[in-house]
Amino acid sequence: MSSDRQDQDFTDEVEHGEELWNPGHRACAGCGPALAMKYITEAAGPNTIVTNATGCMEVVSTPFPESSWGTSYIHNIFENAASVAAGVEAAYQSFDRRDPDHLDVSDEDDLNIIAIGGDGATADIGFRALSGMMERGHDVTYVMYDNEAYMNTGVQRSSQTPLGASTTTSPAGTESIGNDTNKKDMASIAADHGVEYVATASISNPHDFKQKVEKALEIDGPKFLHVYSPCPVGWSYESSKTVELAELAVETGLFPVFEMENGEITSVNKISDRKPVREWLETQGRFKHLFDGEEGEETIEALQEWIDGRAEDLGLDA
Amino acid sequence: MSQSDDPYENLTITTGAVVEPNTSRVNKTGSWRQFKPVIDIDACIACGQCDTYCPDQAAKPVEGEDYYGFDLDYCKGCGICEEVCPTDAIEMIREVK
Repeated sequence: MSSDRQDQDFTDEVEHGEELWNPGHRACAGCGPALAMKYITEAAGPNTIVTNATGCMEVVSTPFPESSWGTSYIHNIFENAASVAAGVEAAYQSFDRRDPDHLDVSDEDDLNIIAIGGDGATADIGFRALSGMMERGHDVTYVMYDNEAYMNTGVQRSSQTPLGASTTTSPAGTESIGNDTNKKDMASIAADHGVEYVATASISNPHDFKQKVEKALEIDGPKFLHVYSPCPVGWSYESSKTVELAELAVETGLFPVFEMENGEITSVNKISDRKPVREWLETQGRFKHLFDGEEGEETIEALQEWIDGRAEDLGLDA
Repeated sequence: MSQSDDPYENLTITTGAVVEPNTSRVNKTGSWRQFKPVIDIDACIACGQCDTYCPDQAAKPVEGEDYYGFDLDYCKGCGICEEVCPTDAIEMIREVK
């Protein structure tokens, strides 16, 4: 029996579809952001131009001369995925003015333009470019995949790293409890730019995420999506737990899932019996130090308070 | 759409280092694997959860059958499929190579 199982191999018998996020990419086993890329391409379809910031999803998908993308794809530099997308969009608007039969960005069946960046490339390094793209009103869907630190370069903290997380630039030790800030609220920042559609989603609910991508692509003008995507390496947990931890982050309220339209919150994924954040913290090596001392305990309480405050603002509890 | 072209053939660097789509398929990430998923085909209900949550497009329907199997050319052995399978039809076993 055991050798039967050892020999089981359906490689030549499985049916692949026309995948636009191709296997062979070099993302780590159990990568959350790789799932986000898969869902984005499934929702957007082949008539899509992706502009991608430097980061994990760029380096794993396009080592020369390979590409994991079945869509058009441009990588330029770390900070300018939004600017490149804005330029592509402006070019297509110009083509369309000169030749009305040309592919039209405002017609979602014709052409989708999606900018993708990690939390560092979006909320920190590419923030200016993103702000400009949103303020100028380009017809671009921006997706920030959030794995809560700069994972590609070796787990440096970003403005999306949660309170108490140990990273290489916020190491826990006798003088430090780890990262000393809470996650920056990118959804509200995007909404304050006048962005018509802003949404958060988690890779643990692909149906919801893909619906939000589809909805965003139907709307003219800038859109901002924030998708939660755990990282087994940077967070220090078993690679098989990626989906479970994404779900637990939603269930504890650490990552609230909601939609904002024209600056107003229009739908919230309500949580009944919201779990204490402690349950989520316990699952990851980056929070281990919080469980052996009074200071750690205070940090957990502070994080819980921050979550409770946001939950109240959003009306998260069912 | 060709999905099997070898990008390393006649390799030249164009302006902007433009590459062809779908070409990472030449990189067989299955060699990374330490644990391999095996499926109990009687327990599999073909719900496709393993496919939905596989970051490597390695859990797919088996042609002409009512169960899923794994593309071992690409499966990295992360074990997400074992976790999300609602009928516990998938088990990760240490692979002997």
